[in-house]
Amino acid sequence: MEEILRTLEQQFAITHQNKMRDDLLFVDVKKDQIISLLTYLKDYAGFTHLAFLQAVDRIEDKKFQLTYMLYSFQLKTNLGIRVFIDREKAEMISIDKLWAHAWQYQRELKEMFGIDFPGSPRVDESFVLESWEEMPPMKRDFDTLEYSIKTYYQRPGRSTNDPKKYMKKKLYNNFAKSPDTGRKND
Amino acid sequence: MDKKDMKNIEKEMKLANEGLSEKERTLFSDARPTPVRPLNKYVEKFLNWARAESLWILGYGTGCGAIELRPLMTSRYDMFRYGIAPRPSPRQSSVFIIGGYASLKTIKRIVRSYEQMQGPKFVIALGSCTINGGMYYDSYYTINRINYYIPVDIYVAGCMPRPESLIAGFNKLKENIKAGKCDGMNKYAKNFDWYKANQKKIIKDWNMPDYNW
Repeated sequence: MEEILRTLEQQFAITHQNKMRDDLLFVDVKKDQIISLLTYLKDYAGFTHLAFLQAVDRIEDKKFQLTYMLYSFQLKTNLGIRVFIDREKAEMISIDKLWAHAWQYQRELKEMFGIDFPGSPRVDESFVLESWEEMPPMKRDFDTLEYSIKTYYQRPGRSTNDPKKYMKKKLYNNFAKSPDTGRKND
Repeated sequence: MDKKDMKNIEKEMKLANEGLSEKERTLFSDARPTPVRPLNKYVEKFLNWARAESLWILGYGTGCGAIELRPLMTSRYDMFRYGIAPRPSPRQSSVFIIGGYASLKTIKRIVRSYEQMQGPKFVIALGSCTINGGMYYDSYYTINRINYYIPVDIYVAGCMPRPESLIAGFNKLKENIKAGKCDGMNKYAKNFDWYKANQKKIIKDWNMPDYNW
């Protein structure tokens, strides 16, 4: 694994490395190097399996974070490749030529985050949402509560309780007062 | 409702079926649903007893509540002793169990299946999500109140209600049917335009007939 990482550092401009566990690490890479990096990992380093492709909306940095999670069956290691792309003009290179099943992830990201993947098959078709006309709902500036109130009829009289306080008050009043914190008569 | 009202409703405008293409429009009925007048008091009482004792549920699991139907069917809770049986087709069933949250995609199928069921038909709404949205009250894709889209006869509250509560709901439904209170089908026919407007407000790609006979 160290050898592969060294090669990555030498050949590709990796900006950041993060080792979470022995078998899970993340590297950040620039957007234009993603195809060559993934090709290298798939064809030479043995990371043949694309586990998932997902996005995180980093609205504070005005970026989308894409994570390509690869898995190597020889090394039994997960390797996450993270790419940050511009949030306003969200567009990414399609990787459906490398992993054929990636088109499905890309179609989902197009629908849920509005990230475009030019050339990816059927990327404009709706994935899970039928007849959706608003902005992509997983973007963090989409207010789901407001949309829900506007569209679906709320039943008045709904109230919420903080579960911890409520349970203390209702059920475990004596239990919470007792100095013994262990669970005794349960 | 007397005979005069019934005739007026029948005479009213036919359904537009605007969701269908010109070619398809000839293939589907454009008649509106009409309220059904109860028969003679004693005959109706007998029929209601018969309806209550053979509730056939539609085998369509919506949301997570459908998982409660499995223990209900099998030997532990055994719903067959109450005369309740699952049916594979909406044409053969009389009870529709909405098992929890209904997304926009599901509500389209729910409406279609509900309309295809033959009367008299009853709806049991299971779980908090059907009552006020439950834990999905702020979700962008799940509806909050099922009774704005189809009429509901019995609510079973809980998240999730156990099969016992569902059996209690069935027993309550039986009582109501025997008392002649379960009039959801007529309610749907009378307030048809209101229900349709609510449904079409959320289902933007309406590509089925306005009433699925």
